[in-house]
Amino acid sequence: MKYLCLLYGNQEKVGRLSKEEFSALVERCKKYDEELRGTGAVRMVESLEWDVTTIRPQNGKPTVMDGPFVETRDVVGSVMIIEARDLNEAIRIASLHPAANMGEDLEWGIEVRPIAEGCHQ
Amino acid sequence: MKGSGELTTETTRGEVEQIYLAESRRVFASLVRLLGDFDLAEEALQEAFGAALEQWPRDGLPARPRAWLVSVGRFRGIDAQRRRRRLERAIAEEPPPARPWPPPAPDEIDEVEDPRLALLFACCRPELPRDAQVALTLREVCGLTTEEIGRAYLTKPSTIAQRIVRAKQKIRELGLKFEIPDRDELPARRELVLEVLYLVFNEGYAASRGSTYIRTDLSDEAIRLTRLLCELLPHPDCESLLALFLLQDARRAARTSSSGELILFSEQDRDLWDQTRLREGKMWLERALTGGAFGSITARAAIALVYGESAETGVIDWPQIIALHEYHVALDPQPVSRLARAIAILEGEGPKRAASLLDELAVEGSLEHFPPFHAARGELFRRLGRISEARSAYERAFALSQSEPERRLLERKLGELIS
Repeated sequence: MKYLCLLYGNQEKVGRLSKEEFSALVERCKKYDEELRGTGAVRMVESLEWDVTTIRPQNGKPTVMDGPFVETRDVVGSVMIIEARDLNEAIRIASLHPAANMGEDLEWGIEVRPIAEGCHQ
Repeated sequence: MKGSGELTTETTRGEVEQIYLAESRRVFASLVRLLGDFDLAEEALQEAFGAALEQWPRDGLPARPRAWLVSVGRFRGIDAQRRRRRLERAIAEEPPPARPWPPPAPDEIDEVEDPRLALLFACCRPELPRDAQVALTLREVCGLTTEEIGRAYLTKPSTIAQRIVRAKQKIRELGLKFEIPDRDELPARRELVLEVLYLVFNEGYAASRGSTYIRTDLSDEAIRLTRLLCELLPHPDCESLLALFLLQDARRAARTSSSGELILFSEQDRDLWDQTRLREGKMWLERALTGGAFGSITARAAIALVYGESAETGVIDWPQIIALHEYHVALDPQPVSRLARAIAILEGEGPKRAASLLDELAVEGSLEHFPPFHAARGELFRRLGRISEARSAYERAFALSQSEPERRLLERKLGELIS
Protein backbone atom coordinates (compact mmCIF):
# COMPACT_ATOMS: atom_id res chain seq x y z
CA MET A 1 0.00 0.00 0.00
CA LYS A 2 1.06 3.55 -0.67
CA TYR A 3 0.38 6.39 1.74
CA LEU A 4 0.53 10.08 1.06
CA CYS A 5 1.80 12.20 3.90
CA LEU A 6 0.96 15.89 3.88
CA LEU A 7 3.34 17.85 6.08
CA TYR A 8 1.62 20.87 7.53
CA GLY A 9 2.93 23.94 9.27
CA ASN A 10 2.22 27.59 9.95
CA GLN A 11 3.82 29.37 7.03
CA GLU A 12 3.69 32.78 8.66
CA LYS A 13 5.72 31.62 11.65
CA VAL A 14 8.31 29.97 9.43
CA GLY A 15 8.51 33.22 7.46
CA ARG A 16 9.32 35.16 10.64
CA LEU A 17 12.41 33.06 11.41
CA SER A 18 15.76 34.79 10.94
CA LYS A 19 18.16 33.42 8.35
CA GLU A 20 20.28 31.83 11.11
CA GLU A 21 17.26 30.28 12.81
CA PHE A 22 16.06 28.91 9.50
CA SER A 23 19.36 27.28 8.56
CA ALA A 24 19.65 25.81 12.08
CA LEU A 25 16.18 24.34 11.56
CA VAL A 26 17.19 22.84 8.23
CA GLU A 27 20.32 21.35 9.83
CA ARG A 28 18.24 19.62 12.51
CA CYS A 29 15.82 18.31 9.91
CA LYS A 30 18.61 16.68 7.95
CA LYS A 31 19.32 14.19 10.72
CA TYR A 32 15.72 12.99 10.70
CA ASP A 33 15.66 12.95 6.92
CA GLU A 34 18.62 10.58 6.96
CA GLU A 35 16.78 8.17 9.23
CA LEU A 36 13.67 8.46 7.15
CA ARG A 37 15.46 7.66 3.89
CA GLY A 38 17.30 4.83 5.62
CA THR A 39 14.06 2.90 5.97
CA GLY A 40 13.92 2.38 2.23
CA ALA A 41 10.16 2.89 2.39
CA VAL A 42 10.04 6.51 1.27
CA ARG A 43 9.18 6.65 -2.41
CA MET A 44 9.18 10.43 -2.59
CA VAL A 45 9.66 13.34 -0.22
CA GLU A 46 9.86 16.94 -1.37
CA SER A 47 9.40 20.40 0.07
CA LEU A 48 7.13 22.82 -1.74
CA GLU A 49 7.63 26.41 -2.84
CA TRP A 50 5.11 28.87 -1.48
CA ASP A 51 3.87 30.23 -4.78
CA VAL A 52 0.42 28.70 -5.39
CA THR A 53 -1.79 28.55 -8.46
CA THR A 54 -5.33 27.17 -8.39
CA ILE A 55 -7.26 25.79 -11.32
CA ARG A 56 -11.03 25.30 -11.16
CA PRO A 57 -13.59 24.39 -13.75
CA GLN A 58 -15.81 27.30 -14.63
CA ASN A 59 -18.53 26.97 -17.27
CA GLY A 60 -16.97 23.65 -18.20
CA LYS A 61 -13.52 25.15 -18.75
CA PRO A 62 -10.39 25.29 -16.59
CA THR A 63 -10.04 28.71 -14.98
CA VAL A 64 -6.74 29.74 -13.45
CA MET A 65 -6.27 31.93 -10.37
CA ASP A 66 -3.29 32.65 -8.20
CA GLY A 67 -3.52 31.74 -4.54
CA PRO A 68 -4.42 28.55 -2.71
CA PHE A 69 -7.59 26.47 -3.13
CA VAL A 70 -8.47 26.97 0.52
CA GLU A 71 -7.17 29.99 2.41
CA THR A 72 -5.83 28.66 5.75
CA ARG A 73 -3.16 29.46 8.25
CA ASP A 74 -1.73 25.94 8.22
CA VAL A 75 -0.47 24.94 4.81
CA VAL A 76 1.15 21.92 3.23
CA GLY A 77 4.88 22.60 3.14
CA SER A 78 6.09 19.16 2.06
CA VAL A 79 4.70 15.97 0.63
CA MET A 80 5.91 12.42 1.04
CA ILE A 81 4.86 9.05 -0.33
CA ILE A 82 5.55 5.98 1.80
CA GLU A 83 5.17 2.40 0.73
CA ALA A 84 4.23 0.20 3.68
CA ARG A 85 2.55 -3.08 4.54
CA ASP A 86 -0.26 -1.33 6.37
CA LEU A 87 -1.34 1.91 8.01
CA ASN A 88 0.46 1.22 11.29
CA GLU A 89 3.71 0.67 9.44
CA ALA A 90 3.17 3.88 7.47
CA ILE A 91 2.59 5.71 10.77
CA ARG A 92 5.76 4.22 12.25
CA ILE A 93 7.81 5.38 9.25
CA ALA A 94 6.15 8.81 9.00
CA SER A 95 6.93 9.30 12.70
CA LEU A 96 10.60 9.57 11.71
CA HIS A 97 9.89 12.73 9.70
CA PRO A 98 11.06 16.02 11.26
CA ALA A 99 7.47 17.28 11.32
CA ALA A 100 6.58 14.51 13.79
CA ASN A 101 9.50 15.26 16.11
CA MET A 102 10.16 18.99 16.09
CA GLY A 103 8.65 22.30 15.05
CA GLU A 104 5.90 22.29 17.66
CA ASP A 105 6.13 26.09 17.86
CA LEU A 106 5.77 26.24 14.07
CA GLU A 107 2.65 24.07 14.31
CA TRP A 108 4.16 21.25 12.31
CA GLY A 109 2.25 18.04 11.86
CA ILE A 110 1.62 15.20 9.46
CA GLU A 111 -1.54 13.92 7.84
CA VAL A 112 -1.26 10.31 6.65
CA ARG A 113 -3.69 9.22 3.94
CA PRO A 114 -3.88 5.92 2.10
CA ILE A 115 -3.65 6.27 -1.66
CA ALA A 116 -6.68 4.65 -3.26
CA GLU A 117 -5.49 2.01 -5.67
CA GLY A 118 -6.63 1.69 -9.23
CA CYS A 119 -8.58 4.96 -9.45
CA HIS A 120 -6.52 6.54 -12.20
CA GLN A 121 -5.70 3.49 -14.26
CA MET B 1 22.00 -26.81 3.08
CA LYS B 2 23.17 -24.78 0.16
CA GLY B 3 26.37 -22.89 0.41
CA SER B 4 28.69 -23.77 -2.45
CA GLY B 5 29.12 -21.33 -5.30
CA GLU B 6 27.35 -23.24 -8.03
CA LEU B 7 24.13 -23.59 -6.07
CA THR B 8 23.79 -19.92 -5.20
CA THR B 9 21.41 -18.97 -7.96
CA GLU B 10 18.96 -21.55 -6.68
CA THR B 11 17.75 -19.32 -3.87
CA THR B 12 15.35 -17.13 -5.71
CA ARG B 13 13.40 -14.13 -4.62
CA GLY B 14 10.33 -16.38 -4.53
CA GLU B 15 11.98 -18.74 -2.08
CA VAL B 16 12.98 -15.89 0.21
CA GLU B 17 9.38 -14.66 0.10
CA GLN B 18 8.12 -18.13 0.92
CA ILE B 19 10.38 -18.25 3.94
CA TYR B 20 9.10 -14.80 4.87
CA LEU B 21 5.51 -16.02 4.80
CA ALA B 22 6.30 -19.08 6.86
CA GLU B 23 8.66 -17.55 9.39
CA SER B 24 8.03 -13.83 9.67
CA ARG B 25 5.69 -13.93 12.69
CA ARG B 26 8.01 -16.15 14.64
CA VAL B 27 11.06 -14.07 13.71
CA PHE B 28 9.11 -10.96 14.68
CA ALA B 29 8.24 -12.46 18.07
CA SER B 30 11.91 -13.28 18.69
CA LEU B 31 12.88 -9.75 17.75
CA VAL B 32 10.29 -8.25 20.11
CA ARG B 33 11.81 -10.37 22.85
CA LEU B 34 15.39 -9.38 22.00
CA LEU B 35 14.84 -5.70 21.25
CA GLY B 36 12.11 -5.09 23.80
CA ASP B 37 9.93 -3.00 21.52
CA PHE B 38 7.22 -3.72 18.95
CA ASP B 39 8.07 -0.92 16.53
CA LEU B 40 11.80 -1.51 16.62
CA ALA B 41 11.19 -5.22 16.02
CA GLU B 42 8.97 -4.45 13.03
CA GLU B 43 11.68 -2.28 11.53
CA ALA B 44 14.35 -4.88 12.26
CA LEU B 45 12.24 -7.63 10.69
CA GLN B 46 11.96 -5.65 7.51
CA GLU B 47 15.66 -4.91 7.38
CA ALA B 48 16.50 -8.56 7.97
CA PHE B 49 14.33 -9.64 5.06
CA GLY B 50 15.78 -6.88 2.90
CA ALA B 51 19.22 -8.27 3.70
CA ALA B 52 18.04 -11.82 2.93
CA LEU B 53 16.72 -10.75 -0.46
CA GLU B 54 20.10 -9.28 -1.21
CA GLN B 55 22.37 -11.95 0.24
CA TRP B 56 20.66 -15.32 -0.11
CA PRO B 57 20.47 -15.38 -3.89
CA ARG B 58 24.15 -14.41 -3.95
CA ASP B 59 25.59 -16.46 -1.09
CA GLY B 60 23.10 -19.30 -0.81
CA LEU B 61 20.49 -20.18 1.75
CA PRO B 62 21.87 -20.25 5.31
CA ALA B 63 21.66 -23.49 7.25
CA ARG B 64 19.11 -22.06 9.69
CA PRO B 65 17.26 -19.28 7.88
CA ARG B 66 15.15 -18.32 10.90
CA ALA B 67 18.15 -17.99 13.21
CA TRP B 68 19.95 -16.01 10.50
CA LEU B 69 17.03 -13.61 10.21
CA VAL B 70 16.76 -13.16 13.98
CA SER B 71 20.46 -12.51 14.27
CA VAL B 72 20.63 -10.02 11.39
CA GLY B 73 17.42 -8.36 12.56
CA ARG B 74 18.83 -7.97 16.04
CA PHE B 75 21.96 -6.24 14.76
CA ARG B 76 19.98 -3.94 12.51
CA GLY B 77 17.60 -3.16 15.36
CA ILE B 78 20.47 -2.33 17.70
CA ASP B 79 21.98 -0.05 15.06
CA ALA B 80 18.70 1.74 14.46
CA GLN B 81 18.12 2.22 18.16
CA ARG B 82 21.63 3.62 18.68
CA ARG B 83 21.14 6.09 15.86
CA ARG B 84 17.75 7.14 17.23
CA ARG B 85 19.16 7.68 20.68
CA ARG B 86 21.95 9.85 19.37
CA LEU B 87 19.36 11.74 17.39
CA GLU B 88 17.12 12.19 20.40
CA ARG B 89 20.00 13.36 22.56
CA ALA B 90 21.38 15.71 19.93
CA ILE B 91 18.06 17.27 19.19
CA ALA B 92 15.75 17.13 22.14
CA GLU B 93 18.41 16.89 24.83
CA GLU B 94 16.22 14.47 26.67
CA PRO B 95 17.79 11.60 28.54
CA PRO B 96 17.12 8.32 26.76
CA PRO B 97 14.74 5.95 28.52
CA ALA B 98 16.47 3.54 30.86
CA ARG B 99 16.37 0.12 29.26
CA PRO B 100 18.96 -2.61 29.38
CA TRP B 101 21.05 -2.09 26.29
CA PRO B 102 22.23 -3.65 24.07
CA PRO B 103 19.64 -6.39 24.13
CA PRO B 104 20.65 -9.95 24.86
CA ALA B 105 22.02 -12.03 22.03
CA PRO B 106 19.71 -14.54 20.38
CA ASP B 107 20.05 -17.89 21.99
CA GLU B 108 18.80 -21.38 21.62
CA ILE B 109 15.58 -20.61 23.53
CA ASP B 110 13.85 -19.44 20.35
CA GLU B 111 14.63 -22.71 18.69
CA VAL B 112 12.97 -24.72 21.42
CA GLU B 113 10.26 -22.44 22.72
CA ASP B 114 7.96 -20.70 20.30
CA PRO B 115 8.25 -16.97 21.09
CA ARG B 116 4.80 -16.28 19.60
CA LEU B 117 3.22 -17.60 22.76
CA ALA B 118 4.95 -15.03 24.96
CA LEU B 119 4.03 -12.41 22.36
CA LEU B 120 0.39 -13.45 22.68
CA PHE B 121 0.56 -12.91 26.44
CA ALA B 122 2.32 -9.58 25.89
CA CYS B 123 -0.56 -8.43 23.66
CA CYS B 124 -3.30 -9.66 25.99
CA ARG B 125 -2.18 -7.58 28.92
CA PRO B 126 -4.82 -6.89 31.53
CA GLU B 127 -3.85 -3.19 31.59
CA LEU B 128 -5.00 -2.71 27.98
CA PRO B 129 -8.61 -2.21 26.93
CA ARG B 130 -10.20 -5.31 25.45
CA ASP B 131 -10.52 -3.96 21.90
CA ALA B 132 -6.83 -3.00 21.98
CA GLN B 133 -5.88 -6.52 23.10
CA VAL B 134 -7.83 -7.94 20.17
CA ALA B 135 -6.38 -5.53 17.58
CA LEU B 136 -2.84 -5.95 18.86
CA THR B 137 -3.11 -9.76 18.86
CA LEU B 138 -4.41 -9.81 15.31
CA ARG B 139 -1.72 -7.52 13.98
CA GLU B 140 1.36 -8.49 15.98
CA VAL B 141 0.79 -12.20 16.51
CA CYS B 142 -1.28 -13.12 13.45
CA GLY B 143 0.27 -10.62 11.08
CA LEU B 144 -3.00 -9.14 9.82
CA THR B 145 -2.73 -5.61 8.42
CA THR B 146 -4.45 -2.63 10.01
CA GLU B 147 -6.75 -2.49 7.00
CA GLU B 148 -7.69 -6.18 7.31
CA ILE B 149 -8.55 -5.77 10.99
CA GLY B 150 -10.61 -2.71 10.08
CA ARG B 151 -12.53 -4.68 7.45
CA ALA B 152 -13.10 -7.58 9.83
CA TYR B 153 -14.53 -5.32 12.54
CA LEU B 154 -16.09 -2.78 10.17
CA THR B 155 -14.06 -0.05 11.78
CA LYS B 156 -12.03 2.59 9.97
CA PRO B 157 -8.36 1.61 9.66
CA SER B 158 -7.40 4.96 11.20
CA THR B 159 -9.35 4.04 14.36
CA ILE B 160 -7.70 0.62 14.55
CA ALA B 161 -4.28 2.19 13.87
CA GLN B 162 -4.69 4.59 16.75
CA ARG B 163 -5.81 1.80 19.04
CA ILE B 164 -2.65 -0.13 18.17
CA VAL B 165 -0.36 2.90 18.51
CA ARG B 166 -1.82 3.70 21.94
CA ALA B 167 -1.59 0.10 23.11
CA LYS B 168 2.08 -0.02 22.14
CA GLN B 169 2.66 3.29 23.88
CA LYS B 170 1.02 1.93 27.01
CA ILE B 171 3.18 -1.21 26.87
CA ARG B 172 6.25 1.00 26.51
CA GLU B 173 5.22 2.95 29.61
CA LEU B 174 4.52 -0.17 31.64
CA GLY B 175 7.59 -1.98 30.36
CA LEU B 176 7.24 -4.88 27.96
CA LYS B 177 6.66 -8.19 29.70
CA PHE B 178 7.72 -10.78 27.21
CA GLU B 179 7.18 -13.97 29.10
CA ILE B 180 4.77 -16.70 29.90
CA PRO B 181 3.25 -15.66 33.23
CA ASP B 182 4.41 -17.62 36.23
CA ARG B 183 2.33 -20.21 37.99
CA ASP B 184 0.48 -17.77 40.28
CA GLU B 185 -0.49 -15.46 37.49
CA LEU B 186 -1.00 -17.98 34.74
CA PRO B 187 -4.61 -19.07 35.36
CA ALA B 188 -5.99 -15.51 35.23
CA ARG B 189 -3.80 -14.51 32.29
CA ARG B 190 -4.69 -17.64 30.35
CA GLU B 191 -8.35 -16.90 30.91
CA LEU B 192 -7.81 -13.45 29.40
CA VAL B 193 -6.02 -14.87 26.36
CA LEU B 194 -8.82 -17.41 25.87
CA GLU B 195 -11.39 -14.62 26.04
CA VAL B 196 -9.55 -12.64 23.36
CA LEU B 197 -9.33 -15.76 21.18
CA TYR B 198 -13.02 -16.35 21.73
CA LEU B 199 -13.86 -12.78 20.66
CA VAL B 200 -11.78 -13.20 17.52
CA PHE B 201 -13.41 -16.54 16.70
CA ASN B 202 -16.90 -15.42 17.46
CA GLU B 203 -16.71 -12.36 15.24
CA GLY B 204 -15.53 -14.71 12.49
CA TYR B 205 -18.19 -17.33 13.23
CA ALA B 206 -21.18 -15.01 13.47
CA ALA B 207 -20.27 -11.49 12.49
CA SER B 208 -22.36 -9.07 14.50
CA ARG B 209 -22.30 -6.48 11.75
CA GLY B 210 -21.95 -6.16 8.04
CA SER B 211 -22.82 -7.85 4.81
CA THR B 212 -21.37 -11.30 5.41
CA TYR B 213 -22.19 -13.56 8.29
CA ILE B 214 -19.04 -15.67 8.42
CA ARG B 215 -15.57 -14.19 8.33
CA THR B 216 -13.32 -17.12 7.65
CA ASP B 217 -10.10 -15.20 8.16
CA LEU B 218 -10.91 -14.39 11.78
CA SER B 219 -12.11 -17.85 12.79
CA ASP B 220 -9.09 -19.42 11.08
CA GLU B 221 -6.73 -17.14 12.97
CA ALA B 222 -8.41 -17.94 16.27
CA ILE B 223 -8.17 -21.67 15.57
CA ARG B 224 -4.53 -21.39 14.57
CA LEU B 225 -3.58 -19.50 17.73
CA THR B 226 -5.60 -21.73 20.04
CA ARG B 227 -3.96 -24.76 18.47
CA LEU B 228 -0.57 -23.19 19.12
CA LEU B 229 -1.55 -22.55 22.71
CA CYS B 230 -2.71 -26.16 23.13
CA GLU B 231 0.53 -27.46 21.71
CA LEU B 232 2.86 -25.25 23.69
CA LEU B 233 1.01 -24.72 26.94
CA PRO B 234 -1.47 -27.55 27.24
CA HIS B 235 -4.39 -26.95 29.56
CA PRO B 236 -7.88 -28.50 29.59
CA ASP B 237 -9.62 -25.10 29.25
CA CYS B 238 -7.60 -24.32 26.18
CA GLU B 239 -8.26 -27.77 24.71
CA SER B 240 -11.97 -27.29 25.37
CA LEU B 241 -11.88 -23.97 23.54
CA LEU B 242 -10.11 -25.47 20.55
CA ALA B 243 -12.68 -28.30 20.54
CA LEU B 244 -15.50 -25.75 20.62
CA PHE B 245 -13.99 -23.77 17.73
CA LEU B 246 -13.42 -26.85 15.58
CA LEU B 247 -16.85 -28.35 16.27
CA GLN B 248 -18.60 -25.11 15.43
CA ASP B 249 -16.39 -24.35 12.47
CA ALA B 250 -17.09 -27.84 11.07
CA ARG B 251 -20.54 -26.58 10.11
CA ARG B 252 -19.22 -23.47 8.35
CA ALA B 253 -19.98 -24.56 4.78
CA ALA B 254 -23.54 -25.53 5.74
CA ARG B 255 -24.37 -22.35 7.64
CA THR B 256 -24.76 -20.00 4.70
CA SER B 257 -26.01 -20.51 1.16
CA SER B 258 -23.96 -19.67 -1.92
CA SER B 259 -25.72 -16.31 -2.01
CA GLY B 260 -24.76 -15.59 1.59
CA GLU B 261 -28.15 -16.35 3.17
CA LEU B 262 -28.15 -17.75 6.68
CA ILE B 263 -29.27 -21.35 6.99
CA LEU B 264 -30.72 -22.42 10.33
CA PHE B 265 -29.41 -25.53 12.00
CA SER B 266 -32.51 -27.61 11.30
CA GLU B 267 -32.30 -26.81 7.58
CA GLN B 268 -28.58 -27.39 7.14
CA ASP B 269 -27.28 -30.00 4.71
CA ARG B 270 -25.40 -32.27 7.08
CA ASP B 271 -23.34 -33.72 4.26
CA LEU B 272 -21.61 -30.35 4.10
CA TRP B 273 -20.31 -30.66 7.64
CA ASP B 274 -16.57 -31.08 7.74
CA GLN B 275 -15.99 -34.55 9.18
CA THR B 276 -12.27 -33.99 9.71
CA ARG B 277 -12.94 -30.90 11.81
CA LEU B 278 -15.62 -32.78 13.76
CA ARG B 279 -13.27 -35.67 14.47
CA GLU B 280 -10.48 -33.34 15.49
CA GLY B 281 -12.82 -31.36 17.73
CA LYS B 282 -13.99 -34.55 19.40
CA MET B 283 -10.38 -35.61 19.95
CA TRP B 284 -9.54 -32.31 21.69
CA LEU B 285 -12.67 -32.49 23.81
CA GLU B 286 -11.77 -36.00 24.92
CA ARG B 287 -8.29 -34.81 25.77
CA ALA B 288 -9.72 -31.93 27.83
CA LEU B 289 -12.01 -34.32 29.69
CA THR B 290 -9.12 -36.68 30.37
CA GLY B 291 -7.27 -33.71 31.80
CA GLY B 292 -10.11 -33.23 34.26
CA ALA B 293 -11.84 -30.23 32.70
CA PHE B 294 -15.53 -29.67 32.86
CA GLY B 295 -15.81 -25.94 32.92
CA SER B 296 -18.27 -23.80 31.01
CA ILE B 297 -16.23 -23.88 27.78
CA THR B 298 -16.10 -27.69 28.03
CA ALA B 299 -19.88 -27.79 28.42
CA ARG B 300 -20.33 -25.70 25.29
CA ALA B 301 -17.89 -27.83 23.33
CA ALA B 302 -19.84 -30.89 24.47
CA ILE B 303 -23.08 -29.31 23.24
CA ALA B 304 -21.44 -28.60 19.87
CA LEU B 305 -20.30 -32.24 19.75
CA VAL B 306 -23.79 -33.62 20.36
CA TYR B 307 -25.09 -31.46 17.50
CA GLY B 308 -22.18 -32.61 15.34
CA GLU B 309 -22.88 -36.26 16.05
CA SER B 310 -26.36 -35.88 14.63
CA ALA B 311 -24.69 -35.90 11.20
CA GLU B 312 -24.25 -39.64 11.55
CA THR B 313 -27.41 -40.64 13.36
CA GLY B 314 -29.74 -38.10 11.77
CA VAL B 315 -31.34 -37.45 15.17
CA ILE B 316 -30.43 -34.83 17.72
CA ASP B 317 -30.11 -36.09 21.26
CA TRP B 318 -32.18 -33.29 22.83
CA PRO B 319 -32.26 -34.61 26.41
CA GLN B 320 -28.48 -34.65 26.42
CA ILE B 321 -28.22 -31.19 24.88
CA ILE B 322 -30.67 -29.78 27.43
CA ALA B 323 -28.82 -31.49 30.29
CA LEU B 324 -25.56 -29.97 29.09
CA HIS B 325 -27.20 -26.55 28.87
CA GLU B 326 -28.46 -26.92 32.46
CA TYR B 327 -24.93 -27.76 33.51
CA HIS B 328 -23.56 -24.80 31.56
CA VAL B 329 -26.04 -22.39 33.15
CA ALA B 330 -25.15 -23.71 36.60
CA LEU B 331 -21.50 -22.84 35.95
CA ASP B 332 -22.09 -19.65 34.03
CA PRO B 333 -25.52 -18.21 34.81
CA GLN B 334 -25.23 -15.07 32.67
CA PRO B 335 -28.24 -14.10 30.55
CA VAL B 336 -26.72 -15.19 27.22
CA SER B 337 -26.16 -18.71 28.59
CA ARG B 338 -29.75 -18.83 29.84
CA LEU B 339 -31.03 -17.65 26.47
CA ALA B 340 -29.13 -20.50 24.78
CA ARG B 341 -30.71 -22.95 27.24
CA ALA B 342 -34.19 -21.57 26.59
CA ILE B 343 -33.70 -21.91 22.81
CA ALA B 344 -32.53 -25.54 23.21
CA ILE B 345 -35.56 -26.29 25.39
CA LEU B 346 -37.88 -24.68 22.87
CA GLU B 347 -36.43 -26.86 20.11
CA GLY B 348 -36.08 -30.05 22.10
CA GLU B 349 -38.98 -30.00 24.52
CA GLY B 350 -41.51 -27.53 23.22
CA PRO B 351 -42.72 -24.05 24.16
CA LYS B 352 -44.04 -24.53 27.70
CA ARG B 353 -40.89 -24.38 29.83
CA ALA B 354 -39.12 -22.24 27.21
CA ALA B 355 -41.89 -19.64 27.61
CA SER B 356 -41.36 -19.23 31.33
CA LEU B 357 -37.56 -19.06 30.93
CA LEU B 358 -37.82 -16.41 28.20
CA ASP B 359 -40.34 -14.48 30.30
CA GLU B 360 -37.88 -14.43 33.18
CA LEU B 361 -35.23 -12.98 30.88
CA ALA B 362 -37.71 -10.43 29.54
CA VAL B 363 -38.50 -9.25 33.07
CA GLU B 364 -34.80 -8.88 33.86
CA GLY B 365 -34.38 -6.85 30.69
CA SER B 366 -30.63 -7.31 30.28
CA LEU B 367 -31.01 -8.80 26.78
CA GLU B 368 -33.36 -6.05 25.65
CA HIS B 369 -30.87 -4.89 22.99
CA PHE B 370 -29.72 -8.33 21.87
CA PRO B 371 -31.37 -9.32 18.55
CA PRO B 372 -31.22 -13.13 19.10
CA PHE B 373 -33.30 -12.72 22.27
CA HIS B 374 -36.16 -11.12 20.37
CA ALA B 375 -35.80 -13.61 17.51
CA ALA B 376 -36.16 -16.45 20.05
CA ARG B 377 -39.28 -14.85 21.47
CA GLY B 378 -40.66 -14.43 17.96
CA GLU B 379 -40.16 -18.13 17.35
CA LEU B 380 -41.79 -19.01 20.68
CA PHE B 381 -44.88 -16.89 20.00
CA ARG B 382 -45.14 -18.26 16.48
CA ARG B 383 -45.25 -21.80 17.84
CA LEU B 384 -47.84 -20.79 20.40
CA GLY B 385 -49.96 -19.26 17.63
CA ARG B 386 -49.69 -15.76 19.12
CA ILE B 387 -49.03 -14.20 15.75
CA SER B 388 -49.19 -10.50 16.56
CA GLU B 389 -46.75 -10.92 19.48
CA ALA B 390 -44.51 -13.00 17.22
CA ARG B 391 -44.56 -10.22 14.67
CA SER B 392 -43.60 -7.49 17.10
CA ALA B 393 -40.78 -9.61 18.55
CA TYR B 394 -39.34 -10.32 15.09
CA GLU B 395 -39.71 -6.67 14.19
CA ARG B 396 -37.81 -5.69 17.31
CA ALA B 397 -35.00 -8.15 16.42
CA PHE B 398 -34.94 -6.76 12.89
CA ALA B 399 -34.66 -3.19 14.12
CA LEU B 400 -31.76 -4.06 16.42
CA SER B 401 -29.75 -6.28 14.07
CA GLN B 402 -26.80 -4.80 12.22
CA SER B 403 -26.01 -7.94 10.29
CA GLU B 404 -27.45 -7.96 6.79
CA PRO B 405 -27.85 -11.78 6.47
CA GLU B 406 -29.51 -11.86 9.90
CA ARG B 407 -31.90 -9.10 8.84
CA ARG B 408 -32.80 -10.97 5.67
CA LEU B 409 -33.52 -14.11 7.69
CA LEU B 410 -35.77 -12.12 10.02
CA GLU B 411 -37.53 -10.62 7.04
CA ARG B 412 -38.20 -14.13 5.76
CA LYS B 413 -39.59 -15.12 9.15
CA LEU B 414 -41.87 -12.09 9.16
CA GLY B 415 -43.07 -12.93 5.66
CA GLU B 416 -43.91 -16.48 6.73
CA LEU B 417 -46.03 -15.15 9.60
CA ILE B 418 -48.38 -13.41 7.18
CA SER B 419 -48.84 -16.49 4.97
